[in-house]
Order: sequence, then C-alpha cells, then structure tokens
Amino acid sequence: MTALTLGSAINAGLSKALENDDKVLLMGEDIGKLGGVFRVTDGLQKRFGAQRVVDTPLAEAGIVGTAVGLALRGYRPVVEIQFDGFVYPAFDQIVCQVAKLHYRSNGRIRMPLVIRIPWAGGVGAAEHHSESPEAYFVHTAGLRVIAASNPQDAYVMLQQAIASDDPVIFFEPKRLYHSKGEVDLDADLADAPPMHLARVPREGTDATIVTYGAQVRTALDAAVAAEDDGISLEVIDLRSLSPIDMNTVAASVRKTGRVVVTHEAAREAGVGAELIASITEECFHYLETPPRRVTGHDIPYPPSKLEKHHVPDLDRILHAVDLVLERGAGSSPTGGASAATVEGGVR
Amino acid sequence: MTYTQTRVSSTGRADDHDAVDDVLRILEPDGSRIADDTLDPWVADLSPHELRALHRDMVLTRRLDAEGVALQRQGQLALWAPCRGQEATQVGTAHALAPGDFVFPSYREHGVLLGRGAKPADYVLAWRGEEHSAYDHTTINAAPPQIIIGAQSLHATGWAMGAQRDGSTDVAVAYYGDGATSQGDVNEAMVFASSFRAPVVFVCSNNQWAISEPVTVQAKYPIAGRAPGFGIPSLRIDGNDALACVAAMRWALDRARRGEGPSFIEAVTYRMGPHTTSDDPTRYRDSAEVDEWAQRDPIARLEAYLRAEGMLDDSGMDQVARAADALAAEVRAACIEATTRAPETMFDHVYAEPHAAVERQKAEYMDYLAGFEK
Repeated sequence: MTALTLGSAINAGLSKALENDDKVLLMGEDIGKLGGVFRVTDGLQKRFGAQRVVDTPLAEAGIVGTAVGLALRGYRPVVEIQFDGFVYPAFDQIVCQVAKLHYRSNGRIRMPLVIRIPWAGGVGAAEHHSESPEAYFVHTAGLRVIAASNPQDAYVMLQQAIASDDPVIFFEPKRLYHSKGEVDLDADLADAPPMHLARVPREGTDATIVTYGAQVRTALDAAVAAEDDGISLEVIDLRSLSPIDMNTVAASVRKTGRVVVTHEAAREAGVGAELIASITEECFHYLETPPRRVTGHDIPYPPSKLEKHHVPDLDRILHAVDLVLERGAGSSPTGGASAATVEGGVR
Repeated sequence: MTYTQTRVSSTGRADDHDAVDDVLRILEPDGSRIADDTLDPWVADLSPHELRALHRDMVLTRRLDAEGVALQRQGQLALWAPCRGQEATQVGTAHALAPGDFVFPSYREHGVLLGRGAKPADYVLAWRGEEHSAYDHTTINAAPPQIIIGAQSLHATGWAMGAQRDGSTDVAVAYYGDGATSQGDVNEAMVFASSFRAPVVFVCSNNQWAISEPVTVQAKYPIAGRAPGFGIPSLRIDGNDALACVAAMRWALDRARRGEGPSFIEAVTYRMGPHTTSDDPTRYRDSAEVDEWAQRDPIARLEAYLRAEGMLDDSGMDQVARAADALAAEVRAACIEATTRAPETMFDHVYAEPHAAVERQKAEYMDYLAGFEK
C-alpha cells in the first residue's frame, strides 16, 4: 500500500492503462506539457510521448467528437474535460453520439471512451468551474457514470472504466484531489469490486446516508459527529450513478428504515430524486419516516464566497438526520420553515 | 505564399448569381469536354469501362432515390431524403475511394452508400423505422448515417487521426451539406484536422438549400474559401460534373495518402427535390430556379459525353435501365418484406456490458406484455 493523493492515484491509474494497452491514449487541453491544470496527467506525455498524451485545440466538442472517430478506428481514448462547466459545448457529441452509437449500430460499434471531468465545488473557483452536471448524463441511456470518492477507488475504477467497452463519464471531485489515502498499486483489477457496485464505508443501524463523490467524506464526518449523540449512521458511497446499485441501497434502508440522500448537485430531478423514488418503490413498507434530501440549491452555482452555503456540509446533513429520526424541533414530517430553509430551498 | 487552390467569384460573394458557375469543371452542361489544368491530370486514365460504371451508378442512384420517394408516398417508409440532382457528387467522389477508406455520411448520401456496396435492405430499413442503421459499418466501411448536422466531420477527423497513428494510407471522408458549414462541429473538425494533419477529406455538397434556408443565409463568401483559413487547401467544383468530382476526390485522397493532411471539396450542386418527403419546396423556392438547374443535370451531361465519344449506345442504356429496375425491385422487396423486431430487442445494445437498470426495465416490461397473453 502507498499513500497517494486522489490526483496522484488517477495519474497512476492512467499510467498503468497506457502501459498495459497501446490503444489507450489521452486527449485534452493542457494535459501534455503542463500536465493538466490540476497536474493530474503530470509527466505522462514525457513518459509516453505526444502521440499517446495529446494536447488538443481548445474545443470540447472537437475533443470528444474526434475521440469518437478514434474509438471507431479501434482506439480507447481517455479525454479530459478541463472543468465540469466546460462539458456543455461537448454535450451534443456525448449524448447524441458517444451514448448512442452502440445502440444505433445494433451493437456493432463499441465506444470504449472515458470522459474524465474534474468536478463540483468547494475549491473557491471562478464561475463555470464548480458545477455538478451528473444528472444530465445519468439521464442519458448508453452512458455509464462513475463518481470517485477516494484514491483507491479512483485508481481502480479509472482502469475499470478504460477497460470497459461502454463509454464512461468519470467524475473526479476536485476538492479531494489533494487528499491522501492508501492505494494498493498492485491491486488486481480482476479481484477488485466492479465499478457498478456501491461501497459501504461505514455501517450503522439508525439511518442510512446515501451519497457519492466528495460528499462521502462529509457524510462520514457527520456519522462520526452523530456517534457522539448516540446515533449510528450507515454511509453508502454509490460510486456508480449509472447504473445505481439499488441492491446495496435497499438492503441498508430495509435495515435502518430511515434515509438521507446528499449531493452537491441541484435538487430538482437530480440523482437524489431518482434514489428516493426507487427507495420508495422498493422499500416503502420499511420506511419509518419520509426520506430527506440534502443538496445544492436550485440555483446557478453561487459566487465562491457563498459556496459554503450551497455545498451541503456536516451540519445540514445532521439536521436532515434529526428530521428522519424525528428528533428535536422542526422535525415534523410536513417540514417547518426551518426545515425547508436549511435543507436547501423551498419546495 | 500560396496555400489555396480555391477559385472564388470575382466579387468574392456566394450570393452572386454567377457564383454557381465560378467552379472548376471539365464537362459542360451540354456534355462537351473542356480542359482544366487542375482537374485533367486526375481523370486522364479513366477507361471507358470506368466511365460507364460511373454513369451506371448515377442512374442506379437516381432510380433508388425515386423508389425511396415512391415507397414513402405509398406509406411503406416513414420518411425519405431525396438526393436527385446530387448523383455526380455522391457517385463521383465515392468512385475514387479505396476499400480501406472510411466514409462518414449524412442521411442523404444514397449514392455514396451504393459506391460502398450497401445491400438493398441497407437503404430502407432505417427510413422505415425498423432499425437505426441497417448496414454493417465494417463491411462497407461507412459509419451509420448521421442525422445531427455536421457531427460526423469530427468522427471522420478522429478516425483519420487513428489511421495516421496506425501508419496506414487509409483516408476518412466526411460528407455534409452547405448548412452544416454553419455548425461548430464542422469548424472544430477543420481545426483538429489541420492541427494534426489528419488524412481526412471534407466533401461539402452545396446543394443550395438547407431545408428552406438558401445557402446565401449561411454563406456570404464561397464555402470553399473558408478552408484555406484553417490551413486546408480546397477546390470549388461543379458538383454536377461527375468527372470533376472524381478528379477533385483523387486530388484530395492523394494528398491525404502522401501525408499532406486534410483537403476540402465544395461541390456546387442542387437538390432537385424536397429536403425530405415531409417538406414542400414550392413554399420557399421558385420553379424557375429548379428549371434552370434541370438544364445542368449530372446524368444527362455524362450521357451526352459518353454517347458523343462512342462509349455508350442504346443497348448500353438498356442494360443500365434494366440494372436500375432490378435494384429498385430488390429495394422494394427488402422494404415490403421487412419484419419488425420483437419488442424485447429494443432494450438490446444500449450498453455493451450488462446494466442493471436497463435489464430491470426490460424484465418489467416483458412481464407486463406477457400479461396480455394469459
């Protein structure tokens, strides 16, 4: 085991994929000489050459669209979208082309394409640099959507994504790029849990918190804090947003009977909405109280000085836990003013 | 420094009425052969056999297209995108290709698919609504027909970048219309192709109309004049002159195979019919314009030339007509005999690997349908 930051773990995963398969190539803006604006691809061009680690023109549709052509020719491109908010110019290529070519061709065309997206907020970035666009991609059939939350998963799941014959949107929480964790660099991919399975990083009995990405760490902090109050929280790291591992989620909800979903993305029609709809369908008779969502507000990403009010923190999660456990003031299932405000927007 | 072979009108305006004649051509509308230094060397070796094949495929394309329109009118097809008038551009450029080259067509490229060896069913099943793309891209080296305007220009460029990496001499060809040149993808494709010197040919069929929008709404300067700005040499040719189309395509393919990178061809032609069978061109264009273009017909032009040269006679014409009838009959049969796939197949191939949500929905829906059989 080696202690690596999430960014270094991704670098190691890319490096291994480039080593193992000469059809793998990286494409993106500034990923070569500079090593990426987050230095995630640092040193890779020097090691593998400019034909394998390609500095592209500044055109997102161009990057993804040419990667489609390269995939058609038998390559396995891994493209970097420099920031989450820059993925929209490539949106048509992703949802109309990348996602659909396998289906349109009756399975004849494979799209083994990985689209890496430095993702979400909490780093005090400028406008368009802190977005959570995952729901757009989850809603699109043909795409797999993965959200890494720790260095070990990032290292392994990225290699699994590159090995997959399906196109994968790979979200990397940029506020965890510099956070360290133990990584088994010799991990055998065949023994690792498949990327579509959720992980339960903390077991508990009173309520379930379902989350993904950087919010996993916040949820785990909330669970530690809740323990001081004698509350036992189970935390689920979804890891895969398409497909969602409902077996793991449902098993936990059946055990605890209470559930809070948290993510940074806006609430309306988000992943949390899908989760709670599915939980309600599958576990309705096990639920003791209505499920709760703790999410970003339904607003454009706010100026960075206000982002601490947008990205759900430990206290907002604990407040929602109080509501599902029917503890303290404002715990009415119909929601008081405070509940509506604190949870993130009036419904 | 000269980095363009574009010929543009003296006024430099695409909306100049004479601009359609500001093109390279070697076959006049009456079929007489004229000289052109740029094009001539590329078709000097065309044999009578090859010239007759060019003519035959243009006739087949027109017949196939007429059958498509008829099948739509008879309710057998949901839609058809006619290509009448554009046969020289499609067949001429496709004839120049090698088997290993790969085309990225739009939805109107019936003559290109013919040139790539598409089977009768390949033309109609998608328009009938049976499959999204019937043909096997690996056997005819053609990507599924593109509906999103211009998106395929990037795929062609990426494929060409792959061919370049493989050290092969294969070339990618993107086909699109004049309307597509307004799209970002087409412009980004030229940036990438130029930057990476990708062996790709962009063939823009300027058929004067993007549904009801005339080319003058899209372009205030001849479209071929844009490519040199990206560092891509271009030719503006008479798209109704099959020989010019072969020549321009051979010029572009040769550049690509020699490692000189991308080329751009603007084939100035005319879409004689509607955009698709759903629109009514009499609402947006004058019949006088259509009549004028009828005088420039690509098939009549090549026929006149071949007859004058003694390469085609009535018996040859009969043979071609019979081949066209046979193709039309095969296409009709493939259409009418098509069977609709079972409903569970609509869940297939969403992903290459198992996906729990799709599998769950498939199981639920099949259970629901099974309820009607009890």
